[in-house]
Amino acid sequence: MKLHEYQAKELLRNYDTHVSRGIVAFSPEEAVKAFRELGCPRAVLKAQILAGGRGKAGGIKEINSPEEARTSAKRLLGSRLVTAQTTPEGEEVRAVLIQEAIDIQKEMYISFWVDRGGATPLLMGCPEGGVEIEVVARRSPEQIFREPFDILFGLHQFQARRMASALGLDGPLVREAVSLFRNLSRAFIENDLSLLEINPLAVSRDGALSIIDAKVDLDDNATFRHPEITAGKCPSEETLEAKASALGLSYIGLDGDIGCLVNGAGLAMATMDIIRHHGGRPANFLDVGGDASAEKVTQAFKILFEDTRLRAVLVNIFGGIVKCDMIAEAIISALKDTKLKVPLVVRLEGTNAHIARKMLAKSGLKVVFTEGMEEAAKRVLEATKQNTHF
Amino acid sequence: MTGAAGTFHARLMLEYGTRLVAGVSPGKGGTSHLGLPVFDSVLDAINETDAEASIIFVPAPFAPDAIIEAAEAGIKLIVCITEGIPTLDMIKVKKYLAQTGSRLIGPNCPGIITPGETKIGIMPGYIHKPGNVGVVSRSGTLTYEVVWQLTKLGIGQSTCIGIGGDPIPGTSFVDILRLFNDDDNTSAVVLIGEIGGGAEEEAAKFMKDSFKKPVVSFIAGQNAPKGKRMGHAGAIISHGSGSCEDKIRALKQAGVTVAENPAEIGAKMDWLLKETGLIKVETN
Repeated sequence: MKLHEYQAKELLRNYDTHVSRGIVAFSPEEAVKAFRELGCPRAVLKAQILAGGRGKAGGIKEINSPEEARTSAKRLLGSRLVTAQTTPEGEEVRAVLIQEAIDIQKEMYISFWVDRGGATPLLMGCPEGGVEIEVVARRSPEQIFREPFDILFGLHQFQARRMASALGLDGPLVREAVSLFRNLSRAFIENDLSLLEINPLAVSRDGALSIIDAKVDLDDNATFRHPEITAGKCPSEETLEAKASALGLSYIGLDGDIGCLVNGAGLAMATMDIIRHHGGRPANFLDVGGDASAEKVTQAFKILFEDTRLRAVLVNIFGGIVKCDMIAEAIISALKDTKLKVPLVVRLEGTNAHIARKMLAKSGLKVVFTEGMEEAAKRVLEATKQNTHF
Repeated sequence: MTGAAGTFHARLMLEYGTRLVAGVSPGKGGTSHLGLPVFDSVLDAINETDAEASIIFVPAPFAPDAIIEAAEAGIKLIVCITEGIPTLDMIKVKKYLAQTGSRLIGPNCPGIITPGETKIGIMPGYIHKPGNVGVVSRSGTLTYEVVWQLTKLGIGQSTCIGIGGDPIPGTSFVDILRLFNDDDNTSAVVLIGEIGGGAEEEAAKFMKDSFKKPVVSFIAGQNAPKGKRMGHAGAIISHGSGSCEDKIRALKQAGVTVAENPAEIGAKMDWLLKETGLIKVETN
């Protein structure tokens, strides 16, 4: 679960971490009030969306007066910000962060994440900050420093010192950085984060460390033990992904026109792959869970049919233990309430597949029943090309 | 074992011929379920039976505890089906297991099966057929798909293992490949990977250096967008790594036969077995 920048910073403030001063605003009036409350001559107003690349896309504005705070907030709030990291539709801006402007002397990069191969949390740093880290890593890999640390101890003092020196810090800043890095490592572990990225971490003209921007991603598997974080979640758009997730389904929208409904994540990805392999374009990833309960299948159809771009739907269920007649019943009952306007190709493998085939044939629904993934993919593609509307 | 999923799958495992000897369910010790004794703790179960392996269906918040309890009691092979264990918990569990002699398969996996003999898992038994191809995978249903393709082509399996779809699995591809390397019943291997992490690259490196048997591989998620978690907690392209292209390139460099299309994995293995002389092709 990604947090907005302002939420990430609120979380980090509890860890004594030099977060730059800022106040969130949900309306132009609140933005004016926030600017006055900060009481600094210069500030920046930052659009709060869950994707990076905001600066270049016009999502970050310098403001020097309450009036400018109002104008910028008015322009950004409610608009859709399209950045290099969002979809072409962009993301709606529902909040802005008014933040004290800081004169920056030096920008660095640090992040905490889990090194999967090593099965360990890790601090990564780079003396160059404020830029895309992937670009730096490709251009000058020797500028990337890593400190895997023990999950029970947290980041050791000597490791933090080693990183501070790798980032080119010296004098009193080293002690400050050691304390900052160790506090951040605590924040990372105590909150079950999967990513904590500070980019940039700055040294200001008056020689202090400051967190200018922070990205925080909470491990989705651990949200159950952090109700305080999930409760404060910013109201976000009612996307299909969010709706599906509330129903316990895993849905990711893509840019194609063939809807997919599959049980199991691996098979769902492989189904997208085979559609692509034959020249089709999947409209989504949708995993109803390996066990494919009738209830999940019914709900999944509801999510699927909210997508108006669909020209055909492929259902690929490798039931195995699951009884196919039960799945067929779920398909029939789900489609009774929804007007099926596009061709439906069904591949069901498992116990009682022959009964399922008969049930679907008798249902009066125009369903193409297939065997095997290859045939299913080919049939759904034909269906799209013929553009047959039932 | 007394919960809904535990009961359902315990029955199927018994039907398959697995020597299931007891269940553990705290507070239900002394009762019996499916004709088997139920114990309050793993230690009690071990003291009363000769169990060497266990399968865990405990919900995610309590599963790390159940894994450690099993290892502490001396269970050698622990299979954890549970999905949704926090990543940092798994790091701690792995650290603990490293000091014990226990092997953990999973979590978030279908388990392990030696066709015709034993299954410790939730996979449908009937799709398997005894034989000499080892199968290892990060997926559940995609593994069933591949096994079914093999079986329909008459190619049997030695052992099929789902290592699970989480970022930190108890057992890695390389761990399983080491076992397959030394297993006389395994003459070739299917390895099914997916986007996210670097486990396939590590497997490729190991195969290039020291694996002696022919391998067919498939990587799921060629069309997955960056930064999106594709169902499995571990299936995400992030930190500039985990893409399909990198994995396929590494596997090809290691001499692995990579299937481009998930429907041809079985056929590729059939071809490879004939090519390497492991299946005799009848000539007229």
